[in-house]
Amino acid sequence: MVINMGPQHPSTHGVLRLLLEIDGETIVRIMPDIGYLHTGIEKTCEAKFYQQVVPMTDRIDYLCPMTNNLTYCLAVEKLLGLEIPPRGQWLRVMLNELTRINSHLVWLGTHAMDIGAMTVFLYCFRERENILRLFEAVSGQRMMTSYFRIGGVAVEPPLDFFARVKAFNDTFPGHIDEYEGLLTQNPIFVNRLKDVAYISKEDALALCATGPTLRASGVDVDLRRDAPYSGYENFKFNVPTSTVGDVYARYLVRVAELRESQKIVAQALAGLPEGPVKADAPKVVLPDREKMKTQMEALIYHFKIVTEGFTVPEGEVYQAVESPRGEMGYYIVSDGTAKPYRVHMRSPSFANLQSLQTMCEGRLIADVVAAIGSIDIVLGDCDR
Amino acid sequence: MAFEPAVTDLEQLKSHAEVACLLAWKAAAVEGAKFDRNELSIYVERTALRGACTTLKSDPALQYDSLSDVTCVDWIPTDPRFEVIYHLFSTVTKKRVRLKVRLAGDQAAVDSLVPLWPGANFFEREVFDLFGVRFNEHPNLKRIMMPDNWEGYPLRKDYPVEGYR
Repeated sequence: MVINMGPQHPSTHGVLRLLLEIDGETIVRIMPDIGYLHTGIEKTCEAKFYQQVVPMTDRIDYLCPMTNNLTYCLAVEKLLGLEIPPRGQWLRVMLNELTRINSHLVWLGTHAMDIGAMTVFLYCFRERENILRLFEAVSGQRMMTSYFRIGGVAVEPPLDFFARVKAFNDTFPGHIDEYEGLLTQNPIFVNRLKDVAYISKEDALALCATGPTLRASGVDVDLRRDAPYSGYENFKFNVPTSTVGDVYARYLVRVAELRESQKIVAQALAGLPEGPVKADAPKVVLPDREKMKTQMEALIYHFKIVTEGFTVPEGEVYQAVESPRGEMGYYIVSDGTAKPYRVHMRSPSFANLQSLQTMCEGRLIADVVAAIGSIDIVLGDCDR
Repeated sequence: MAFEPAVTDLEQLKSHAEVACLLAWKAAAVEGAKFDRNELSIYVERTALRGACTTLKSDPALQYDSLSDVTCVDWIPTDPRFEVIYHLFSTVTKKRVRLKVRLAGDQAAVDSLVPLWPGANFFEREVFDLFGVRFNEHPNLKRIMMPDNWEGYPLRKDYPVEGYR
């Protein structure tokens, strides 16, 4: 028998439709049907100036907007050969890790709620609210931040920003203990997760899984450490892995990642260098408002960038970063004009979704819900 | 704003293990290579793609064991029109390489990589859906993003951004 799960189903985390071929309660085959959120962002990017693409990237993966901004900006900066000053890089790292915490908190809350633990959801969203307020302070937006720009970040953060990040970051380990206290040893939670939706190391690699899904199956890959970008080589952190490969292992890996991200934020706060947050490239980076109002040259550059964009030398780059879900990659082809010839996003949700069949084959329907939660997909990211 | 100019000379690029490995396997399979902005691209002959991937995957020194991405670029009006692009990543050496296959406009088709990496399935369906490039021996070559009855291939350059009205 074939039954339909989604696209409007509370545990499919968005508009994911699964066709389940079942034998009684047992899954024989899963056929994911995606594309409900396809908005043709890749095509739209080809019609925009390079700097106009930044706000589009937020909308791909709405739980980690900063990671998408970062990947796109790094790719264009690589095409341009642009160096970002240290302060800009460290700010990017700090906000990127806050984004990871934000995304993992939504995952933890919804995943636990799918399993039946309602309380954790409210706790997670309490902390997430603090992070969104920090994002609002720095960019004026809670979710679609567009704070990272080609050549650095938009503006220097407000004066009290770092004190607020520190206040949040110092209390956060206590909150992780709180979530863990509710879940990690909870027999109901553990029974629903342990030995469920197992995927082997070989299968995970063959199915192009990345991120925590891959690391929980015993492959030690983290692009922050293995292919450092934006100054990640200056930070010390562990890469949590597990060899068990079930839903519980993925849960433990992600919770451990929360703690590592907290440490990175602490290091970024402690060692934040002084200096400018934007590169010195007047033809690419918009001038400060003050300069634009007082200096003729700055006004001309401002006018040129806004009306004509800036040209990017011919070439192609693939830039991958470690997003909360796995490898987020941007492949950009430039033909030497002010608009990208092709922008392709390699999204982790899209690739990770393929593991679902292997994870759920021969398991019960109730386990599908746990499996979907454990690969942490975002359908905006998946469909683009 | 300065970077090294791109290197496209195959003789010079032999110092890269990936190029040397593929040339040793089958010299006719390598149509060209490029090293630009620290990224290596290798043009592979259309029929040799699967063999080239198998070689890179099984070579004990390279071990390109995972497929990062498959995508396509439409270079109309150039002939051959399409470039299908594969990004391979090694979880052992943590290196990346880009393979490219050039395909002529009409009847564009290339061998599927699903036998090597089952995860190529979705990526190839996406390229088929948005560019109309076919993948031989693909188990389920259907549209994935667009509705099944959609006409045209949206990411082709001759498809207007605002769609057909």
